[in-house]
Formats: sequence, C-alpha cells, structure tokens
Amino acid sequence: MEHKQTLKSVFFNGLITENPTFRLVLGTCPTMAVTTNATNGIGMGAAATFVLVGSNIVISMLRNFIPDKIRIPAFIIVICTFVTMVQMFMNAFLPALYQSLGIFLPLIVVNCIILARAEAFASKNTVMHSAMDGIGMGIGFTIALTLIGGIREALGNGTLFGTPVFGASYQSMLLLILPAGGFIVFGLLLAVYNAVSTKIEQRKEAKSE
Amino acid sequence: MNPIVKVLLFMFTCVLTNNYIFSRFLGCCPFLGVSNKVETAFGMGLAVTFVMALASLFTYFVYYYVLIPLNLAYLNTIAFILVIASLVQVVEMFLKKSAPSLYNALGIYLPLITTNCAVLGVTILNITEGYDLLYSVLNGTFGALGFLVAIVLMAGVRERLESAKVSAPLKGFPISLVIAGLMSIAFLGFSNMFAGVM
Repeated sequence: MEHKQTLKSVFFNGLITENPTFRLVLGTCPTMAVTTNATNGIGMGAAATFVLVGSNIVISMLRNFIPDKIRIPAFIIVICTFVTMVQMFMNAFLPALYQSLGIFLPLIVVNCIILARAEAFASKNTVMHSAMDGIGMGIGFTIALTLIGGIREALGNGTLFGTPVFGASYQSMLLLILPAGGFIVFGLLLAVYNAVSTKIEQRKEAKSE
Repeated sequence: MNPIVKVLLFMFTCVLTNNYIFSRFLGCCPFLGVSNKVETAFGMGLAVTFVMALASLFTYFVYYYVLIPLNLAYLNTIAFILVIASLVQVVEMFLKKSAPSLYNALGIYLPLITTNCAVLGVTILNITEGYDLLYSVLNGTFGALGFLVAIVLMAGVRERLESAKVSAPLKGFPISLVIAGLMSIAFLGFSNMFAGVM
C-alpha cells in the first residue's frame, strides 16, 4: 500500500496533527518519568528520535522480507539494536545525561510509539516516507517532553536548562518535581491540547459552512 | 535482622514506598489503558505479577550464567526482551492447556505484557541494583503487587468517574492523569515510613 501523501504532510502529521504524546497518548512512561527538567526532556527526545528514524528506515527496507507472522519480534530486534547503539553512545560521550535518564534509556525498546510507528507506518510505506515519519514523530515527541520538562523545571525548581528564571525570591513548588507533578502537568497539558484542537476544528467547520 | 522481617519490609517498600506506577513511572501504558473496570484491571494485574516474577527468575540466570561468562553483558536489553517475549508466549500456551478458566479471564492482556515497560524495567533494575536470586524474584513479585494495587485502585476511581460530570477537554486521559497525580501524592505519605527500621 503506497500512500500519496507528500513528505511535508507526513512530517507535520507526526509533529502536530498526530502528535505521539498529546494526540495518540503513547509512550507515557518516559514522558512523565524523565521530564523533571528540560535538559532531560531534550535528551530523551533526541534518543527516541534517533531510534525511531533508524528503526523506521530499516523496517521499511525489510518490509517485503519479514514474514507477517513473526513481524513483531523482528521489529523488536531492530529497535533493540538501535537502542543499544544509543545507550553505548550516550554512555561514552554524555555520561551525565546517561546517568539521569537511567533505566529509561534501555526502556525505549518498549516505548509504544516506536513499535506503533513500525507497525502502522514503516511496514507499509517507502523508505523516504518512513524516515520522514520518524523525524516528524520524533520531533513531536521531543517538543512535548521539553515542554513538560520546562514547565516542571521552571515552576518546581525555578530554573530552565539549569539557569534561574524567576530570581532568588521565587518559592519553588517542589510538588511538580515529584512524580505526582508529572501526572498532573501532563494531564493538564493534554486538556489544553484537547481544548485548543477542538476550537480549531470548530473554526474550520464554521469556515467550510 | 530476622530474614523474614527483612522480606516483609522489602515487600512494603516495593508495594507502598517505591510503587512502580506512582514513584517510578513504570507500566503507565497499561495502567492508563486497562483501568476502566475493576475486574479487567485485576486480571491484568495478576497476569503481570505472574510474568514479572518468572521474568525476574529467568533473566537472573540468563544474565549471570550466559551473558557474563560470554562477556556479552552489553546485550542485556536484547536478551531480556527476548526472554520476556518467549516467556509470555510459553505462559500463554501453558495456561491455555492447563488452566483454561484463568486463560479466558486474562484473555488479551497476556500478549500485551511483552510491551509493558514494568516487566523489562524490573529485570534491568534487578541487575543495576545487584539483587541476588531471592531478592530479584521478590522484587519482581512485590513490584508487580504494587502495580496490581495501583491499577485496581485506579479502576475503582474511574468506574465512579463515568457517572461524574467532567468538562469536555478534561474527559478521558487528562482527568485520569490528574487523578493518578493525586493518588501519587497520597502514596507520598508512605515515603519515610520504613526509613527508621531499615
């Protein structure tokens, strides 16, 4: 099945219309677990993007060779290979980030976004489209993580990317750094995304009438 | 300290203080996805407990008796996910044959467990924390019990939520996440409970 979508529409599909975090609500564990600050959000997003693009390309290249029955284990092996590469790279060049992402780096393997894109997109589309889908989805995920991380870091710690933003007199809300804050900030952001997207749809409908 | 007391303390820390959902964010996808009804949540929790305990046991042997002697420790992620996937498959076939009633009750949740990050998470944590065989299995079992407690509690709340009036943008996932946040605050209350005795 070949899609007639342009590369641009595939990219923006992942970035906004089908944002993996806010629209599809996939990969919630790393979304809340590592986003205690904005830097971690970017790091996690970048790692996931690399895995997503790599696995999408390879799976799309192999899509005519993988037997249908064992496709899921085959996808997992491909994804796992890329995750191990990221893990080794980060351990060697970015040890601080490696430490703070901790267990969630190997857990990218079971991040539902990556398997979902392999199954729903890369196994049915050309290499170029799959690569673009990986980039779009990856950047969408990174933006979401950085946003959540930024909000939690700014309000919970009074800093952004490590630099103070509110001045010394700011009383930080410790709750937002704690796990509970992850759930609450993500929930409220999701509600905002829903509200905004329904508004936009209503406006589109009003225009078309 | 008495070993039985130690195990009991370990159980309470796993279930209450270090709850997989509320303090470690492992297994959030099924926690949000399958918590609509208490019954199904309970089934999912049981299936996860079963698989997590077995996965802890098997990955311990795979890591210390296969990967380490062969100097392949860096392959642990791949090896563990394969162990978990095949384990889920075996458990599924076994239950189908020997306990069809349990198999029917767990139904579609069994295959889903492969991608539950709590399962892979617990096997990796066992290695990084350096637990021995007994504690690896206990960590798997008790961690999964914590998951069971969390998902059943959440399902109870969400059953009541169906009849509540929730404003449109908050419906579904957002309100569930906020509720999970509030429950997480409640679980914070346990955080220093065992600090004195440990």
